[in-house]
Amino acid sequence: MEKQLNVSAIKDGTVIDHIPTKALFKVVQILKLDEFNNMVTFGNNLDSKAMGTKAIIKIANRYFEDEEVNKIALVAPNAKLNTIRNYEVVEKRVVQIPEQVNGIVRCFNPKCITNAENVSTKFQIINEKPIEMKCYYCEKITYENEIKIK
Amino acid sequence: MSKKNLISITDFSKEEYLKIMELSSQFEENPSQSLLKGKVIATLFFEPSTRTRLSFETAINRLGGKIIGFSDSNSSSVSKGETLHDTIKMVSNYADLIIMRHPLEGSARYAAEVSDVPVINAGDGANQHPSQTLLDMYSIMKTQGRLDDINLFMVGDLKYGRTVHSLLMAMSQFKNPIFNFVAPPELAMPDEYKLYLSNKGIRYFEHLEFNDIINQADIIYMTRVQKERFIDPVEYEKVKNVYILKNEMLANTKPTVKILHPLPRINEIHTNVDSNPKAYYFTQARNGVFTRMAIISHLLNLR
Ligand SMILES: [Zn+2]
Repeated sequence: MEKQLNVSAIKDGTVIDHIPTKALFKVVQILKLDEFNNMVTFGNNLDSKAMGTKAIIKIANRYFEDEEVNKIALVAPNAKLNTIRNYEVVEKRVVQIPEQVNGIVRCFNPKCITNAENVSTKFQIINEKPIEMKCYYCEKITYENEIKIK
Repeated sequence: MSKKNLISITDFSKEEYLKIMELSSQFEENPSQSLLKGKVIATLFFEPSTRTRLSFETAINRLGGKIIGFSDSNSSSVSKGETLHDTIKMVSNYADLIIMRHPLEGSARYAAEVSDVPVINAGDGANQHPSQTLLDMYSIMKTQGRLDDINLFMVGDLKYGRTVHSLLMAMSQFKNPIFNFVAPPELAMPDEYKLYLSNKGIRYFEHLEFNDIINQADIIYMTRVQKERFIDPVEYEKVKNVYILKNEMLANTKPTVKILHPLPRINEIHTNVDSNPKAYYFTQARNGVFTRMAIISHLLNLR
């Protein structure tokens, strides 16, 4: 429980744990938490046995569908979601890399039409570890270390 | 019926490849057709490519169709800042089919999404140029009488050359191909294609230079080795004369072997090969008209 104390507890909502520290703001961007009105608290550079350091996000009164939250697997493949009701963890979930990723990620290919015109990107995940995603338009592969959020 | 497009060579099934081969041969026998009578075809060349455009426009004329379009984006609304989206929306209201070439990769796939009429990709940057592959296949079919059991040599720039990658993908659909890659290490066939072949159990061999093994070839597919591809100019100087095909090298090759090249060539095929009956690159370009007639007729369900 010690780790939980690093960021103040929430009564109802979702806790996203085991986020790599450098992916914290990407997760915020993907889930559009910057546009969200309820209380959101972050902790970064927290000690983690498994990861060295990690980030954590607590979002009050907000619950996520799998489809919505699986998008963060692109930047935080080991993230864990805890659903909180009345201060109790009522459900634990791990994120899963989706087969198809629409929007969110920029195609790394500077000559791709999606970087020139207002076209939403579409990728097929062709490998999960490390992530390799093939652009539906230019057919080039964007690798995990090249992933940039649109 | 859903709209068919030809954006990448893998958009067509093996059955469709064979249908295109059959139709190309029919059109070659009988090149004056009226299948496109009353139809308007748009050729939108956002970057110039006279060779490809003339081949497509000849195909359209031979099918009795009418052409609208432009041959480079300077003369079109594109230079006024119109988006590809809007240009395609507009043209798909006028034409029955769109043939487009564009410098950006993925532009043709995007156009196909936006357009209500079929789209043929005549080249999207360094990505795909599927009608070239189909005319290469037709040239193989015509000269060898089959697409199965072909020993195919690919020579030159196998790293950046999109034509060899597409041809490799297409020919892998047929029985027992053997691929022989002849290229300098800097321009070797990328691992992803070799992995693709291995996964399908298809044999391939790599060579750093021409040797006696070309005597087993059914097809020798030559490509340009371009100086710009080398980071170190010294490396280019070392290899620039290694990948040149000369007439004397063909002495012991199969009598049925044919030499293909997507053209234009620089110096990778010595001009002393041109008069050898094994040289096929000029006829190959001519075959493109019949193949493009076949592609258009197929996509419009006219045949
Ligand atoms: Zn792309």
